Amino acid sequence: MAPVVQIRDLHKIYESGEIPVHAVRGVSLDIQRGEFVALMGASGSGKSTLMNMLGCLDRPTRGSYMLDGIDIDKLDRNDLADLRNQKLGFVFQGFNLLARTTALENVELPMLYGRHRVASMEEIRERAMHCLEIVGLANRFDHFPNQLSGGQQQRVAIARGLVNQPQVLLADEPTGNLDSKTAVEVMGVFQKLNDQGITIVMVTHELDIAHYCKRNLILRDGVVVRDEAVAGRFLAQDEMEKLKQAETAAKLLSTPAA
Amino acid sequence: MRFTNTLRVALRALRRNTMRSILTALGMIIGVGAVITMVSIGNGAKAQVEAQVASLGQNLITVMPGSYSSGGMRSGFGGPPTLTPEDAEAIVAEVPNIDGASPEVRDRSQILANGLNWNTNVNGVGPDYPYVRNWPIAAGAMFTEQDVKSLGKVALIGRTVADQVFPNEDPIGQTLRIRNLPFRIIGVLSPKGFSVFGSDEDDVVLIPYSSHMRRVSRRTSISMIRIQAATPEKIDGVKLAVEDLLTQRRRGREPDFVVRTQEELATAATQANKTMTGLLAGIAGVSLIVGGIGIMNIMLVSVTERTREIGIRLAIGAHGRDVLTQFLIEAILLSSLGGIIGVAVGIGGSQLLSSYNGWPVVVPTLWIGISVAGSALVGIVSGFYPAYKAAQLDPIDALRYE
Repeated sequence: MAPVVQIRDLHKIYESGEIPVHAVRGVSLDIQRGEFVALMGASGSGKSTLMNMLGCLDRPTRGSYMLDGIDIDKLDRNDLADLRNQKLGFVFQGFNLLARTTALENVELPMLYGRHRVASMEEIRERAMHCLEIVGLANRFDHFPNQLSGGQQQRVAIARGLVNQPQVLLADEPTGNLDSKTAVEVMGVFQKLNDQGITIVMVTHELDIAHYCKRNLILRDGVVVRDEAVAGRFLAQDEMEKLKQAETAAKLLSTPAA
Repeated sequence: MRFTNTLRVALRALRRNTMRSILTALGMIIGVGAVITMVSIGNGAKAQVEAQVASLGQNLITVMPGSYSSGGMRSGFGGPPTLTPEDAEAIVAEVPNIDGASPEVRDRSQILANGLNWNTNVNGVGPDYPYVRNWPIAAGAMFTEQDVKSLGKVALIGRTVADQVFPNEDPIGQTLRIRNLPFRIIGVLSPKGFSVFGSDEDDVVLIPYSSHMRRVSRRTSISMIRIQAATPEKIDGVKLAVEDLLTQRRRGREPDFVVRTQEELATAATQANKTMTGLLAGIAGVSLIVGGIGIMNIMLVSVTERTREIGIRLAIGAHGRDVLTQFLIEAILLSSLGGIIGVAVGIGGSQLLSSYNGWPVVVPTLWIGISVAGSALVGIVSGFYPAYKAAQLDPIDALRYE
């Protein structure tokens, strides 16, 4: 089967300043369906730029990018928007949910745009509800973002990313704003989705988070310096168990003092 | 479908900021409310003036003596004693499109009745007079052509005369003495109030013009002829025909009469009012513009404040046009909703004013349409720039915006 993401010698040069910044200097990459990839690197390594290009939010200065067999170089602004709408799901570091909008309405949002709009409002609602069920938040559908915890907000954002059944789910530091326990929780959701066959690409700078993925790519100065399968992959379920034990232990220690 | 979704998105966005939406629309509400109130007041004043002019009589044309010169001396208007009842009769007989006509001889004299006396206007008129002057009879009846022919000693009195001379009695059937001649009162006119010129119209006694000329004042000419044209469109035609006929009847003498229409009189009054209404509407229009600027301001702030939201929308597949339409719809909804509420406020406000101050108020339906359409237009104009700005945003920059 053809890879869902196929990048050949991708370059990105920012010309905005006095000196052109060569952020990505020739990355070639294939991502197959069902992969779970972590893009890693220090800040300034070009991982965010690469992510923006993968997400069709930005165009490469040079090189080719085929997403699900479509050459994005030939598409205009609106075509790119449609492509993002139909083939990609986005999860951001800062959750980026619409404030004062219920979880359900946030998840409905991608279905209100795009070309294939024939679904009725009931259908839209049903599909959004289904995605909330997948991330385990169906009972909080009418909550506003400010009534949800960080982890719950990120799960709503994941549900929003899933709702148009994308080819690839792109996550930009999805655990960056979360504490370690919630981060594990969110990684658990990603792993579950990946087990169901959804391709996930995420950017992270945390090594332990990258260990939940199947494949790690390390960027430095705009080039891929390492590309390897994860050995000794973390499973969210086990890690959660360990955390719980640690918590119980802490409580046990403190109980006699109380 | 796409548009319905955008509409839904815009409605949700407005609902999310209910308070701000209301405050923004308030500018429009006040603007449109002011326009409607001002125009209603102006219209009410106009209607009042029109009613006053109409109380002179409908479609009225008056013929009055003009000026003449004799041996180098020029009389003023009303000089020549040459306008006669026969002129009036000729007009009725020969000019088409006339609904009625009445000669009028004016005089002032002391009247006596019921042991009381009163100095009042004694006018000799024809049987058509109440009709021509649009002046209904409250009790009794008008005298007839027969009374005119027989120099009948019958009279109708105005409300003021009735109050002064017969304070506690029914005047009908009583006798009234004018220059010692007894006249039987056969009718009382309904109150008409003050004329446009400020005199009391009800302070009057009407008697047949023939009796007036032969028995009371002994005049040979009449003061004026009042003619009612059949329809407003016929006024000019009737005026010309009357002028032709009277000129013909003068047999080559220079015209010694003037024909005036009520329009000429009404025009001045209406003109003043139009200026006033225009002025008021202009002031109110300024507040409408201020309301529009308010909306533009809020939309601009909103675009900046919601940059991230716009970024999210663009990232997950909104086209620039979707964002443009969304913001434009938001602006239009705000302004036209404000406009509709403003119309209600304006109608309420003008009713309130009218009940407090007793000002006549007429709410113009045309202006309701103009205001609502105008406020929607203000929404489009003031919403377009912010909406365009929003649509041009780059999704990456917008998402990164703090």
